[in-house]
Amino acid sequence: MMAWLAQHARSFGATFARLARAPLGAALNILVIGIALSLPVGLYVVIANLQASSHQLAAEPQVSAFMALDASRAEVAQIEARLKQNPLVQRFRFVPREQALQELKQASGLADVVDSLPQNPLPDAFVVNARDSTPQALEALRDEIRQWPRVAHVQLDAAWARRLDAALRLGRLAVALLGALLALALVAVTFNTIRLQVLTQRDEIEVIKLIGATDAFIRRPFLYFGALQGCGGGIVAWLIVSGGVYLLNHNLGELSHVYATLIQLKHLSLGDSLSLLAFPAALGWFGAWLSVGRHLALIEPGAGK
Amino acid sequence: MISLSHVSKRYPGGRQALHDVGFTIESGELAFITGHSGAGKTTLLKLLVAIERPTSGSVIVSGQNVGALKPRAVPFLRRKFGLVFQDHKLLFDRNVFNNVALPLQIAGYRAKDAARRVRAALDKVGLLAYEKALPITLSGGEQQRLCIARAIVHRPAILLADEPTGNLDAEYAAEIGELFRSFNQVGVTVVIATHDPALLAQLAPRVITLRHGKLAAA
Ligand SMILES: Nc1ncnc2c1ncn2[C@@H]1O[C@H](COP(=O)(O)OP(=O)(O)OP(=O)(O)O)[C@@H](O)[C@H]1O
Ligand SMILES: [Mg+2]
Repeated sequence: MMAWLAQHARSFGATFARLARAPLGAALNILVIGIALSLPVGLYVVIANLQASSHQLAAEPQVSAFMALDASRAEVAQIEARLKQNPLVQRFRFVPREQALQELKQASGLADVVDSLPQNPLPDAFVVNARDSTPQALEALRDEIRQWPRVAHVQLDAAWARRLDAALRLGRLAVALLGALLALALVAVTFNTIRLQVLTQRDEIEVIKLIGATDAFIRRPFLYFGALQGCGGGIVAWLIVSGGVYLLNHNLGELSHVYATLIQLKHLSLGDSLSLLAFPAALGWFGAWLSVGRHLALIEPGAGK
Repeated sequence: MISLSHVSKRYPGGRQALHDVGFTIESGELAFITGHSGAGKTTLLKLLVAIERPTSGSVIVSGQNVGALKPRAVPFLRRKFGLVFQDHKLLFDRNVFNNVALPLQIAGYRAKDAARRVRAALDKVGLLAYEKALPITLSGGEQQRLCIARAIVHRPAILLADEPTGNLDAEYAAEIGELFRSFNQVGVTVVIATHDPALLAQLAPRVITLRHGKLAAA
């Protein structure tokens, strides 16, 4: 067991030595892999963030009904009564126009502008939660309320969130496709790197085969190399995405002040980060395995001499 | 230890390198395989370590039928041998010490045990002082001795050497002859393919002679 570990440690050492012998080539490979990987990963981060917020919005779909500006108290009360009796409505909230103005003043930091208005430009409104939140039910409710007297405008708040959600599903598909393509590219790049290495070390491989090295022993440093190169690419991708998130958050921070809400991109989770190291490593390993298996068979001592 | 019977080898090109060869070498023997150039000496050694497979007949090494060995068993067969190649087959990108350590690394020795054995082997061939040198900086005779150190470092039961004195002057050749004698004296089976008459006179071994791939004398 100890000997086995020691042997693996030595192969690992040999792999590092090999990396160090051609540092520029290895570094360039790792950089290329990293940049390529950062594309789908970055997209993934953006989509995951958008999706989180769209889910929040879409989870509680609401219908907003705005009264005409000159609707009277009695007319508003009539709508309220209708809402109470409607079986499609679960609950609703009345937002008087004075309160809406107050909220606008506080939320937007536009107090001066609001104060300078000659009259309140906002109507009374009802925010309605439907009993059934399927798009069809919501649209039915909207169409019904729209026909009630003195209702000026009815809006489905969740509609855009749903549309965004659908778009994001498409985005996820794009990430998956891009990821699959780049995985293939990573395997191909590793395959080629290892092919060149095996060919340049042909003599060495032939000699150690002659003095009793097993194929596993010969293969091992190449497999480690492939895995390390992939993992290095993963680290580079992680750094690029982290840098991107940091920069965006920095700028979003200023934006947040303006809108008085906190908009912050969430970074890759620990699990995602570990996957970002493990997946390219596994793919690199696989590419190296394919390559070394194929090219080792071509190096048989004796065949030439 | 080594036993061949009715061994023939025909290369893919159609060349019949060995024809119905049979002999036995006992454990602890010192044997020479001689014959003119192209007689089939190297081919014979290659059959022993499964670099080539016999076209017909059987090659038995310590009870194993080498000709029928599965590829995954071949490395373990080769570890029983120490091989001294005609063209040395040294690795020129690593120093003397690491060249000799190679068979031990392959066999999975601990670094400390390996270092001790490597130094003992280098001492044996008189290259201890060159531990850190690169093979390219060694003379032909020194390279040959380095190759021998690598062949004996894992204490194989059988030492095979192909033209070990091939292009050395008489003095170096005699030194190397003595080395082989000393290994044989501690019980190693030594098989040398050569047509060097001086070496033959020096060691007075058992001689197996090939002529055009046929056994002329055993
Ligand atoms: N790989 C090969 N493919 C085809 N023919 C070969 C091959 N190796 C050797 N031969 C042929 O087999 C015959 C025996 O070759 P071998 O190398 O065994 O001779 P040898 O006795 O070692 O000669 P030398 O003393 O010159 O080294 C030769 O005629 C040679 O041309
Ligand atoms: Mg020969």
